[in-house]
Amino acid sequence: MQEIPINTVTSANVVLELIYRLKIKDVMTTNLITATKETTLREIQQIMRQEKITGLPIVMGKRLIGLVSMDDIIQALDKGYIEEKAQDHMSRNLIILEDDMPISFAINYFDRYRYHRFPVLNKDKELVGMITNRDITATLLIEINREVEELERRTRRVEGGILSNELFTYYIMKNDFENAGHASTEIKKRLKSASIAPQIVRRAAIASYELEMNMVVHSDGGQLIAEYSSDRLTITARDSGPGIEDVEAALEAGYSTASEWIRSLGFGAGMGLPNVQSVADDFTISSSPEGTTVEVSINLGAKEEQNE
Amino acid sequence: MNVEELAAVKEFETVYIADKEAEIRDGYCGDLLSDVMANAPASSVLMTIQAHKNTIAVASLVGITALVICNGRSIAPDMLEAAQEEEISLFTTDLTHFEAAAKVLALL
Repeated sequence: MQEIPINTVTSANVVLELIYRLKIKDVMTTNLITATKETTLREIQQIMRQEKITGLPIVMGKRLIGLVSMDDIIQALDKGYIEEKAQDHMSRNLIILEDDMPISFAINYFDRYRYHRFPVLNKDKELVGMITNRDITATLLIEINREVEELERRTRRVEGGILSNELFTYYIMKNDFENAGHASTEIKKRLKSASIAPQIVRRAAIASYELEMNMVVHSDGGQLIAEYSSDRLTITARDSGPGIEDVEAALEAGYSTASEWIRSLGFGAGMGLPNVQSVADDFTISSSPEGTTVEVSINLGAKEEQNE
Repeated sequence: MNVEELAAVKEFETVYIADKEAEIRDGYCGDLLSDVMANAPASSVLMTIQAHKNTIAVASLVGITALVICNGRSIAPDMLEAAQEEEISLFTTDLTHFEAAAKVLALL
């Protein structure tokens, strides 16, 4: 197969695969318009005009016996035998394709023989279709489009897998238990899509959720900022007050200033900040009546994970 | 075991099954969500009385497969919605955490 217009060694696999996978029967026109050997060339010319086709196969039953092309019609008009029957002037020496051949054969044939159409026979030598360049172009276009869409979809997934200096800010409202956990869920999803190890994702989820809930429960509202680099996640929780009175105590497990109602929801157990601290690789906290800022870093490729 | 086997416990009433084939390898009991967050294993079933949607958020974040709401507590409608959204299976029971955990342990 040398006469297809691309080489078969270095060309894109997806295209090569297509022109070998697609069979002529996938591409050809099966809605056949035919004539018999008794049909006059004049009638054939009219059929061609009506059907907007440039060649008509001549059949006996399902058997192909000839072809009348636009060239044959022009000749007939020129030489004055347009009223005569197809059998006397049709091309009998036909080049045909088989329906099971890959379309690379058809591409090759169009290149080699300079015809505009080829009849297609099945293995029983019955006429089953006609193939034109247009049929090939149309099908290839559709198939290539499908393949490229698939490739684009895969590429997007790969891009989603790489973390490179992204920053997301989530706004946390006071007492907004309704949306609590949204920021953490988003952070978790982002890390998962980047194929970060589950143990590390879990630590990031714990840290972000506790910080998020702390702001919902204790603060007047604030922001949770997630900053990703290729090997590190930094979560900053910055609220606008009222501040933690005793930061040291807040870092001790079991210390809580939460109300009974908050506790009844399962929060305010005095575990929040200690939990954050225990999952973080770096942890800093500063607090004043103007607000509290907690910054947490988690190494995304941490090696000690294997021991956990 | 999987969620389907958990659902077969006769004292557990099914509220929602996300994926009956989903695996359950462990269990945890707790009502303090921070404690659940810190200690509940992934692919586990959580016995709790916290019948509200924040429990679903916690379960989703740590990868809990199913919740059994104990002590006959009823489930808030928005909790069921959240469970469906996060694909976490949900059961209720009149058993206590302890009794429910015994049923779960027998299946693990």
